[in-house]
Amino acid sequence: MSLYGFPIGGVAAFDLKEGVISPGGIGFDINCGMRLLKTDLTIKEVQPKIKELVHELFKLVPAGVGCKSNIRLEKKEFKEMTETGVQWAVEKGMAWKQDLERIEDHGKLPFADASKISERAIQRGFNQVGTLGSGNHYLEVQINHASDIFNKEVAKKIGIHSDKQVLIMVHCGSRGVGHQIATDYLKEFDTAMQKHNIHILDRELSCAPFNSEEGQNYYKAMACAANMAYANRQVITHRIREAFQKVFKQSPEKMGMELIMDNTHNLARKFKYKENNKVKEVLVHLKGATRSLGPDHEDVLPFYKKTGSMIVIGGSMESGSYLFSGTKKAEEETFATTAHGAGRTMSRTQAKREIRGDQLQKDLEKKGIYIKAVSMSGLAEEAGRAYKDIDMIAQSLEETELSRRIVKLRPIGNIKG
Amino acid sequence: MYTSQIINHTADVGFTIEAATVNELFEGAAILTFEVMTDLKKIKPISIKTVEIESETIEKLLFDFIDELIFLKDAEYMLFSEFHIEVTEQKKGKATLKAELVGEEINPKKHELKVDVKAVTLHHFYLKKEQGKYKASIILDI
Repeated sequence: MSLYGFPIGGVAAFDLKEGVISPGGIGFDINCGMRLLKTDLTIKEVQPKIKELVHELFKLVPAGVGCKSNIRLEKKEFKEMTETGVQWAVEKGMAWKQDLERIEDHGKLPFADASKISERAIQRGFNQVGTLGSGNHYLEVQINHASDIFNKEVAKKIGIHSDKQVLIMVHCGSRGVGHQIATDYLKEFDTAMQKHNIHILDRELSCAPFNSEEGQNYYKAMACAANMAYANRQVITHRIREAFQKVFKQSPEKMGMELIMDNTHNLARKFKYKENNKVKEVLVHLKGATRSLGPDHEDVLPFYKKTGSMIVIGGSMESGSYLFSGTKKAEEETFATTAHGAGRTMSRTQAKREIRGDQLQKDLEKKGIYIKAVSMSGLAEEAGRAYKDIDMIAQSLEETELSRRIVKLRPIGNIKG
Repeated sequence: MYTSQIINHTADVGFTIEAATVNELFEGAAILTFEVMTDLKKIKPISIKTVEIESETIEKLLFDFIDELIFLKDAEYMLFSEFHIEVTEQKKGKATLKAELVGEEINPKKHELKVDVKAVTLHHFYLKKEQGKYKASIILDI
């Protein structure tokens, strides 16, 4: 079996003037990404209430097939939100002002144009703001052991300062609106390629010249999905703060629930690449790949200017995940990209054949990881054994200097679709 | 009647289908798509949704039909378990479908929800007629 169009983890850069843009090179879940939030609580305070906390999170963050938002939005407002991103959530009182400083693109791609997305895409997504979805998407309560800190200075700067400190990680994307935008343009490009005289081996690689009308329309539509994804993760953040407030009876501010970072791993981004001392601007397709920018790069958020961009690489709900910082080496060698997750070793079918979801849930509870999932078969598909060893991946990224480890985070609670 | 085989894919789900008629092939594709998301035995035939789709080719029609099913799952919260499909290959450049989709609204308390299907892909996608049989290959993004 050959790989699926662009492989997951694939990066492709095309010349901005003469190159193409391909929805398949970005993936259906546009701006699928990772978010990390800190607390000043430690395991001592959280562990006795972990079940209550996980149940509260499960109640406030809808997950699974066909999950509906608990926010009623008119289609018109949803459409506007696809152009304003997290700014919309700020106006709704669902974001702290400083959250914007920690999110890639400050939570808004300004070139989004909602007139480039179909009515079907809006219809599919307008009722999904603040939902997790299913598959490998998750919301996880994690702890950081003092012995898992690789870079004390950076860890301290971003607020990771005590042993067994509790953090929260979110993995999800743009939901139905992104899936439909990708489908709509995949179909359009499949036809438009004849006009542009482009021939490819697999139609999932369908593309259009970046500077063509079709190419520009998709780029602007992609930005709408990206903005929805940023807003989606922001609403989930708001719900997380509410859940903690309810369970621990303290304000989120008092519990130090600051956003550490939010990065995308499914997007196309412009990047100035140096080749033979000449600067060439390219469009980098990231499909399951994260941007890795070293300190002082012009595109790094001001808050992270000295550390480089923030990167979360997800492992599994058993093995944990890592926070990294970006590097100059990645800028030079990989169009400023690094990995996005552990990657599967086992197909979903094989995982379901070998692992029972309910048994896995019990086994993990004994290990101190409390999980609530909509789907037991879905849970089995996400078992630790179905993924590669995250520690080895972290080490190889460090050795190749594509990103630098800051901390490892280990799960104690998890909700899944 | 249709026969199907799972395509073993690491991150996504796919299948090949064979059927004597094009209607049966479309029905099989719909059943296999919803089986990824739920246990069809628990979806009661409570409401009927009628859809009509027109595409340039019969192959594109299959893609558009699956796209419509995925759309209805999100936009109308529907899961379907019965499909009455009539595909008509018309003159060159036109194929049409009329279908009655029978099922019910998603209810997490009643239905076994598995994994969400995000989209139908064009990877290795085909529909062809070979030795009197209709054959298709479909990979779903999940």
